[in-house]
Amino acid sequence: MCSLGVFPAPVTAAQTLFERNNELLSALRPGEHVQPCDLPSPQFTRDTLKGHSRPESSSKSVFLDQRDTLWMRSAGAWRDAGLYGLLDEITNSAEEVPRFLAVGSACVLALLRWASSFHGSLFPHLTLSRDEMVAEFSQMLDWSDSALRSFAWHPHTDKFAVALLDDSIKIYKSNSSPTPTLKHRWQRSVCALQWKPLCGSALAVACQSCLLIWHVDPASLSTRPSSGCAQVLSHPGHSPITSIAWSPTGSLLVSASPVDTSMMVWDVAAESGVPLQRVGGGGVTYLSWSPDGSRLLAATPAALFRVWETRMWTCERWPCLKGSCQSACWSPDGGCLLLSMQGEKVIYALTFSDLTGGSKAASVVADLSETTFPGPDGDLTVGGEVCSLSWDPRGERLAVLLRGDSQAVNHPSVIAVFKTRSSPVFELLPCGFVMGELEQSLDSCSSIRTSSTALCLLCAGLTVASLTCRFTSAALGF
Amino acid sequence: MFSLKQNSWFIRKVVIWRAVASIAWSVLLLPVTTAVFVLLSRFSLFHPIQWISDCTSLLTASSTIFSLVVLCGVVLITGFFNLEFYTLVPSIPCSRMALLGTVLHPRQCVHSLVYCTMGMLVMWCASVTIGGRYSTLGAPCRQSESGEVVTCLNEYHLFLLLAGAFMGYSHSFLGVVQNMYYVSFQPIQQYKYPRFKGCLPMVVKCSVIQALYSARNFAALYFFFGYVPKTWISSTLNLQIDSSLQPLDSLTGLLDFSLLYHLSISGTFLYLTWYLTVLLFRIYVTEAYSFPVQSTFTEDAEQCLPKVLVEKNTFVMKFLALQDLALLSQHSLSRRLEVFSLSQPGGHPHNWNAISRECLSLLSELTQRLVAHQDAVASNGRVKSQSASSDTRSASSSSSVVSGTEDIAETPRLSVPLRTPGSVFKSSVGGANSALTAPFTPDVDSPFSSPAIRRLVGQQDPQSPWFGTVQSPHIMRRGPKLWSASTECQSNGSPPASPATVSSPPAASQKPSFLAQWLQNRKEQLPEASSQALFADCQAHIWALQGLSHLVAASFSEDQFGVVQTTLPSILSCLVVLLEAVDRHFKLPHASSKPGRTICSMGDSTYKTLRFALRAALKTSIYKITTTFGEHLIAVNISTEHRKRLQQFLEFKE
Repeated sequence: MCSLGVFPAPVTAAQTLFERNNELLSALRPGEHVQPCDLPSPQFTRDTLKGHSRPESSSKSVFLDQRDTLWMRSAGAWRDAGLYGLLDEITNSAEEVPRFLAVGSACVLALLRWASSFHGSLFPHLTLSRDEMVAEFSQMLDWSDSALRSFAWHPHTDKFAVALLDDSIKIYKSNSSPTPTLKHRWQRSVCALQWKPLCGSALAVACQSCLLIWHVDPASLSTRPSSGCAQVLSHPGHSPITSIAWSPTGSLLVSASPVDTSMMVWDVAAESGVPLQRVGGGGVTYLSWSPDGSRLLAATPAALFRVWETRMWTCERWPCLKGSCQSACWSPDGGCLLLSMQGEKVIYALTFSDLTGGSKAASVVADLSETTFPGPDGDLTVGGEVCSLSWDPRGERLAVLLRGDSQAVNHPSVIAVFKTRSSPVFELLPCGFVMGELEQSLDSCSSIRTSSTALCLLCAGLTVASLTCRFTSAALGF
Repeated sequence: MFSLKQNSWFIRKVVIWRAVASIAWSVLLLPVTTAVFVLLSRFSLFHPIQWISDCTSLLTASSTIFSLVVLCGVVLITGFFNLEFYTLVPSIPCSRMALLGTVLHPRQCVHSLVYCTMGMLVMWCASVTIGGRYSTLGAPCRQSESGEVVTCLNEYHLFLLLAGAFMGYSHSFLGVVQNMYYVSFQPIQQYKYPRFKGCLPMVVKCSVIQALYSARNFAALYFFFGYVPKTWISSTLNLQIDSSLQPLDSLTGLLDFSLLYHLSISGTFLYLTWYLTVLLFRIYVTEAYSFPVQSTFTEDAEQCLPKVLVEKNTFVMKFLALQDLALLSQHSLSRRLEVFSLSQPGGHPHNWNAISRECLSLLSELTQRLVAHQDAVASNGRVKSQSASSDTRSASSSSSVVSGTEDIAETPRLSVPLRTPGSVFKSSVGGANSALTAPFTPDVDSPFSSPAIRRLVGQQDPQSPWFGTVQSPHIMRRGPKLWSASTECQSNGSPPASPATVSSPPAASQKPSFLAQWLQNRKEQLPEASSQALFADCQAHIWALQGLSHLVAASFSEDQFGVVQTTLPSILSCLVVLLEAVDRHFKLPHASSKPGRTICSMGDSTYKTLRFALRAALKTSIYKITTTFGEHLIAVNISTEHRKRLQQFLEFKE
């Protein structure tokens, strides 16, 4: 088992730049030259992005109150807030309606509230509002306050998409090419992004009310693709969507919502979806498809997760001791699953095998409890709960985003980079910490990817910076 | 549509048994649905104990048992119709006339008649089960003037029976319009029970909605025309009409809450019985079947995948074989190895050769079909510009048609036969939908068709596998281009020689007869129907693409003898040529417009989006091959243009 104590001390002075000879470096020695990664490092600040400061329903308070007829108000309440709003309106205007109607609607309202509170006591996450729910189950450290809401690397090329606070999505390629901005009427509270594998153009976006599939032509020079380029996929009761996963062959897309007990398997081109329902757990919060396409992890808000096999779509239940599954990632061959739980500072590993059936219980492979490193300007504490995990496609590096303590000065959120090896036994070895620049917290450790020689890791805070870790397989030399 | 007389081993050994199993399950489900129906029909809020005891005694009564037997008969007939009418390739009527023809076809009339009868039978069972005032057709009543007791007509019973007939007819009618008998395959594989459980809420919802719609329509119909069957029945059966009761074809008679409740409940029960049978049949038929790749015994050779794929007559077997190919290419290492293996004496890759040849011939047949369609539409456009003067007339006369915005639809004369690829390519589709639509879709031999089309069809030989993927697309395009050029010359040079031109007078002064005009208007094509019809059987092509691309990608590491390498150039160029054809097809008007979302209905509308699915599958399969082989593709011997296109894929710029 690996713990943070054996890591080399973090370099606090500057941003970590690249890796050489198993060392994470922050500066070049004079005369050295690193082949630059031809990717832009856009800067986003909260001030330039005007988010929706208040939800639409509360904009009512800005305007002067105007008494309408009861019919108009009821219709408005029905449109804004559905049955609840209608009943509420009728109950509140008891002097205008017949007495039996007011009493009846008050009774029905009380009954509905009691039923929903009972439902909510079974599944506490259902009492959250939609934005709170998205923030709770997002893979970002601070979804609601961050300027950057989601991030996705293209799986095959040097291209990435970022979702911003103002509900727009920007796509960056190389430094020279135009950056398309995607906006759509339904694109609200983006929680997850994923590029379609084996495709140059399709980007799936998990929004508050639906699922959008953008088709952004890579050859196009347009900076503002029309909303006609987006397919809208929705299913009643299936919102807000907090996680999406493309199958590695790009033929299917799975989407999950914490409110809906079924996850949807979409055939995107045909726009048809098959719901796969399992009631236990009360919803699905996080999905992760194994790189070989044979298994799919589905985490629920309760202390339970499921592993689906994707041939006949049956599932195994894995109850957890405490806390729900927060993040997970698969090894490149799909045989090993690393998991992190809410409220626990460890990483678990599960092995799957078609021949032996795999492990019966998860084993702890890394201990991530707080460790203090002495530094030039005071001690630095590192460690905490895992916010997100990601493994590079060749299975050599594992990046773990550790949640810091926002109150303490010397306990920032960092990304711990592990070296991984799978034979003879699965093992995690320390590599180093990736720090943000001073005064900046790391918000996301969204994805990690390799091209032929370089491994890029994203650290997103107020800046999107690409860290290029250069190493070759031969030079790893464990 | 397959006929039971066909002597395929697959129909005899697999499909029949699957149908029988589905019917057996529907029969087993009948007592459950009947019990729920009984509970709901006798529901009383204020006497729950009496309600429950009533229901239990009713469920064991002999009348209920007899009703169950009748319902079993209904389910058996429904199941038989499912087996006889189901189709894997939907019949898409390309014009309103064709749709009308399908609805009025004798076969469809028989179908409607049988469903009307079955609807009445089910409703009779329902009315007997509900009991009370609904139970019998005749009821004793006292005549007002003489005071003697005579048998009167029980209008409530008649109302339910007629509602059953109406619902049966509307089910049969909607079955044609919504392609109820089209069986589509799910994007994922599931076991039968989870799939049934997942679909059940949808089916219940659909039957409730459909029953409510039908109840509303029937009530309106009965309000206006209810007196006709009522007087007829009372006069033929010599039943009196009870004048003391409120007649049902009046507003106050129909606004009876209990009557409407029972009508919708029994309608739901009726639809649920039929829909469950359809659902179970679909689930059973589309279940994956695993064909052996090769067999050690020669007598089993015809059941092996390479032989089965070539089969042209048994559509369901061909589809299931292609599905099996797509599945084995993704999920089964051992079966892939069998595909790549060499024959024991001789060392020939017979399995791979047969499979790849069949997939490629399927794909190139689709390419040909697309190119021919594009060419037909293109020549159409040219003809239109030639005869602009007569077009203004036809355009003004057809302005009332919904599809008037479609620019190619404005030339009804020449384009009628051209715009029905379903009929033009009937032979290549396999004639699966010909039985229903053939007499009414414009025929090639009709005097309305242009000689160009006859030649086009004459040139089309789906049986000859166009396996020459080494041909450059230019050669391939040149063929159809030549025909269309000749068409143009002909229509330019001697317009009266063309029978199509004779059929409609060219001068604007000659007013066409009203009937001809009406027929022309009705022959206007439904928008995007031609595109849908062209891609109607594309599920097979999608599986062929998936199977081929995954096998090729797997061969990179699993093919020990290099059997795939020899066919790689032809596979790549076939895919690229198809991609070009598909790209050009999507540039046609209406080809890329998305169909509207359908509301809850049992009819499957998957076929409407098949062309998008095909395009996505095609691009994904090319990407699958290019990402697997990467730079090695440079060494593959293909033409320069195809290499350029593949380079785009290598750079992820598609």
